[in-house]
Amino acid sequence: MKKTLFDKVWDAHVVDTVPNGPQILYIDKHLIHEVTSPQAFAELEERNIPLFRPDQIVATADHNVPTENQHLPIEDPLSKNQVEQLTKNCEKHGVTLYGLGHKYQGIVHVMSPELGITQPGMTMVCGDSHTSTHGAFGTIAFGIGTSQVAQVFASQCLLLQKPKKLRVNVNGKLAKGVLPKDVILYIISKLGTNSGTGYFCEYAGNVFEEMSMEGRMTVCNMSIEMGARGGMIAPDETTFEYVKGKEFAPQVEEFEKKVAYWKTLKTDEGAEFDKEFHFDAEDIAPMVTYGTNPGMGIKITENIPTNSDASFAKSLKYMGFEQGESLLEKAINYVFIGSCTNSRIEDFRIVADYIKGKQKATNVNAMIVPGSQQVAKQIKEEGLIEVFEAAGFKIRQPGCSACLGMNEDKVPAGEYCVSTSNRNFEGRQGPGARTILASPLVAAATAVNGKITDVSTQLN
Amino acid sequence: MEKFITLHTTAIPLPIENIDTDQIIPARFLKATNKIGFGDNLFRDWRYDKENNPKEDFVLNNTTFTGSILVAGDNFGCGSSREHAAWSLTDYGFKAVVSSYFADIFKGNALNNGLLPVQVSPEFLKGLLAAIQENPATQVTIDLEHQTISYQDEKEGFDIDGYKKMCLMNGYDDIDFLISKKEAIEAFEAQNS
Repeated sequence: MKKTLFDKVWDAHVVDTVPNGPQILYIDKHLIHEVTSPQAFAELEERNIPLFRPDQIVATADHNVPTENQHLPIEDPLSKNQVEQLTKNCEKHGVTLYGLGHKYQGIVHVMSPELGITQPGMTMVCGDSHTSTHGAFGTIAFGIGTSQVAQVFASQCLLLQKPKKLRVNVNGKLAKGVLPKDVILYIISKLGTNSGTGYFCEYAGNVFEEMSMEGRMTVCNMSIEMGARGGMIAPDETTFEYVKGKEFAPQVEEFEKKVAYWKTLKTDEGAEFDKEFHFDAEDIAPMVTYGTNPGMGIKITENIPTNSDASFAKSLKYMGFEQGESLLEKAINYVFIGSCTNSRIEDFRIVADYIKGKQKATNVNAMIVPGSQQVAKQIKEEGLIEVFEAAGFKIRQPGCSACLGMNEDKVPAGEYCVSTSNRNFEGRQGPGARTILASPLVAAATAVNGKITDVSTQLN
Repeated sequence: MEKFITLHTTAIPLPIENIDTDQIIPARFLKATNKIGFGDNLFRDWRYDKENNPKEDFVLNNTTFTGSILVAGDNFGCGSSREHAAWSLTDYGFKAVVSSYFADIFKGNALNNGLLPVQVSPEFLKGLLAAIQENPATQVTIDLEHQTISYQDEKEGFDIDGYKKMCLMNGYDDIDFLISKKEAIEAFEAQNS
């Protein structure tokens, strides 16, 4: 039978099938963080169940950490307690932790790939919906709830119904200034926020084949925003080259053996999908969102559509926008460049390249939050930090930060923030905050101009 | 986990589409290390203003509507995987959520906490919302064994995974089941190492 990439990885991890029920799926790597793990540790302790495979778990602190003065004790007592609880739990149960102050600490979906923990053909889970990021390596990776975190702790397995299969093809040549973020925002704007529910998505076509691993991670990261539990891209030379030599990647002979297997992880010619979509790269332009879900996106030069639906009206009212208006030239006071979607070194190179020799507009509060300590180090080594500082951007320490407004990094009520993150939900970046999702390039241009700018007209 | 067999109660209408888990429980309330008390912050920013005063126009602050079933618009529970969303609904007292569509992760989290997601047709949802809004005393019955939901003279069947149904009706959870499969899991590991 002809198989898809997803079938190949899934089928290789099925331990057993419950008659007329779900399958038992084996999980190779389990990533945890401070917010969605404490109740799972408590659950096991209450039931006196040991962790089954602690050496297949890696922990970091990211969601609820400050992005300033990380060397000092955390000020917020609840946050401090949560981060300390993670440390205690990891010590007690023998789990590797890259906590605050560790050279590998960072956003879980930035940290794991850059260390070579994420590898093609694996199954990976984390109590975070953006675990779909790791699908960029041809990995089945998806977010789980805390009860499932406890299940994986107890058995290294999950009980799941095999999802349906969806393929999104994008072929052609992307215009200058169109980034992977624009590609995924475009796809979600066309398909909506629930078209992927119940599916695992494969991204195929030359646009993804030609993308860097960072770009592929940005795309797969937002699969959940169209409802898909995960997104995958077939591993290729770009993938192998990225993984090669990473600290926890297989080395030398073992690596060659693995590559031979990874090369088989491609969808067979003629394999069937339950749903399939095709888009032309030429139709994609820099994107912005105008509403309160990631499907409410338009090309930066387009006007907000008209729609008589009550939920649509509620959304525009929250954003303070009118149907049919353009977002170009809208004054913006906050710009956030960070999150598991866009906080990798490539993102910051693009931003630095654009803002070099320029100044942020005086009205703009521009914040740069590297995805990990490793990225922060690279920003320094490559001299990008001087560019950011000279332009008046604030550089913070690694964490999820203003993407979800769990720590102090929040956008004030009523203010607009052009953000490279993944969700423009009501209040996501702080109570009353209004989020406009965009690429790092659009965010950089907005910071410099103090208003939403069609970046494509500024590039040669 | 508490057993779920049938539910017969009034319901609370929330006819908004794409209710994401950030609305159900905003991230700033996820700092606890236990599962207690999340109901206080359920729908926090829709329920309370900046000074923490209840917003009168929000349905949970309207005593006309009561009951342990929440009836919500399409695509309920999208966004973040936070199980705190399910905990906040159960802690508040909900035992079932009715919608025409549920996001995957939320649905799984709900089932793992004895909160039944009942997916109905858009027509049934529309009729149910109208009936409750017309008469808040409308009784809604959910029969898990027969997989039906009914009110007045209307009745519709709903789908649920057979294994999950068995778990809910008996109050079992997946951990017990998975631990009972330890030998098969170890054999799988040995074969693949």
